[in-house]
Amino acid sequence: MSSQRTQTGYNFAYLDEQTKRMIRRALLKAVAIPGYQVPFGSREMPLPYGWGTGGIQVTASILGRDDVLKVIDQGSDDTTNAVNIRRFFERTAGVATTERTEDATIIQTRHRIPEKPLSEDQIMVYQVPLPEPMGRLEPQEVVTRKLHALADYGLMHVKLYEDIARYGHIASTYDYPVLVNGRYLMAPSPIPKFDNPKLHMSPALQLFGAGREKRVYAIPPYTRVESLDFEDHPFSVQRWDDPCALCGATDSFLDEVVLDDAGGRMFVCSDSDYCKTRQAAGHTGSQSPVPATQEEAA
Amino acid sequence: MSTPDTTTISARPLLPGLGDPVDDAQGIFRELLMALSRPGIAYRLPNLPATPDPLHPATGAVLLTLIDHETALWLQSPTEELTAWLRFHCSAPLAVTPADAVFAVIDRPLEMPPLAAFAQGVPEYPDRSATVIVQVAGFAPDGLRLTGPGIAREQHVGINGLPAGFWRTWQDNQARAPLGVDLLFVAGDVVLGLPRSTSVEIVAEGVQSCM
Repeated sequence: MSSQRTQTGYNFAYLDEQTKRMIRRALLKAVAIPGYQVPFGSREMPLPYGWGTGGIQVTASILGRDDVLKVIDQGSDDTTNAVNIRRFFERTAGVATTERTEDATIIQTRHRIPEKPLSEDQIMVYQVPLPEPMGRLEPQEVVTRKLHALADYGLMHVKLYEDIARYGHIASTYDYPVLVNGRYLMAPSPIPKFDNPKLHMSPALQLFGAGREKRVYAIPPYTRVESLDFEDHPFSVQRWDDPCALCGATDSFLDEVVLDDAGGRMFVCSDSDYCKTRQAAGHTGSQSPVPATQEEAA
Repeated sequence: MSTPDTTTISARPLLPGLGDPVDDAQGIFRELLMALSRPGIAYRLPNLPATPDPLHPATGAVLLTLIDHETALWLQSPTEELTAWLRFHCSAPLAVTPADAVFAVIDRPLEMPPLAAFAQGVPEYPDRSATVIVQVAGFAPDGLRLTGPGIAREQHVGINGLPAGFWRTWQDNQARAPLGVDLLFVAGDVVLGLPRSTSVEIVAEGVQSCM
């Protein structure tokens, strides 16, 4: 039946059915009101808030036995948070897991969107630490809720303007605020602004869960998602001077890796599956372990 | 102590609920999630339960999946067999008026209350609005053009058996956005979602573009 590693004594996917029903109802309202944060009764999970409890509860509520789950943390399948959450669902739900983006039906993520394009059959689940985009500007939820009700987002525009006045450009590089379907200001979770364009008109359903803050929200497929900007300071994404040192990619988000005490460093794809796929296809970079024939050296 | 009211116990045995409450509800929910994410596309629900009249099988599946003691339900036709079935399987309280309901079931759309009669949510909490299940005669490939979130360009669909002027009231519902009700149209074992964010335009008969 299920794999031997599946734990007994828990309901399928850990949560009880009453909790799943409550979260499912919240998710349906979240889809119907794109970008609006729906309150839900977040449960205590067997790991602390801040480790993806919101995303885990969303995943547990939608997950079925036939799903194939991929979990990434900062783009990587093999960092602590990703490994633990993947193992959590292997144990409590016995579902198949994968590291290949295209094989997954549900992708739970912390802080990245995969580089490979998503499909209509996939669901993204984001772990969200701070769902309120104006939370750092206005700490009272009763006020931010009123601002959302009135679609009054002047506060955020002033914040971005002050960035320009102080630094000459908009200094937010992650969790960059977006407007969903022309109505709700939304925190895209701490993804780099490099990933913001992927939110726009994505074929995949995107669900967001904040466990500590007890909110879920959603972007349905094919929904307009605009990053806030100004006419004279249009939104732009990060660019790197170097390609990925392992696969030579010039179109992916790169992490800086310090190599030694002498200032040595390299830039590699943050999306480990994307990088591996490219390496398997024969792409190489300046630090590739195999001394491949450098026919198309960059 | 007065003797308890001898309410007539239905002669017919209570119909069962979902065969597997965990997996069946999950399978049904995923289709519902897709139905509201992709408005205007008909989704056939799996794991259908046997349902008392006047529920269509898919309506019964939606109710068993989503409602419980936390969600007041308004029934247009609260027959005794149906309410007994829902009380037993879902323990859902029955709402007295449409405005009190979190979920509502319409089985005679021609006589349905106006959409404005249901809970619309409030500006700070637009999610506190009703989800209305409307049982209809069936679906057609064309007649309406849907646009909005969840639809890449436009989605064509027809919905049979709705009262005249229904789509005008839908436009009023959409004008209240982000407040308003969300609809699930049901015919037999099929569900079609229409969240408040979807714009609906009536396409004149005979001038549909071939696709």
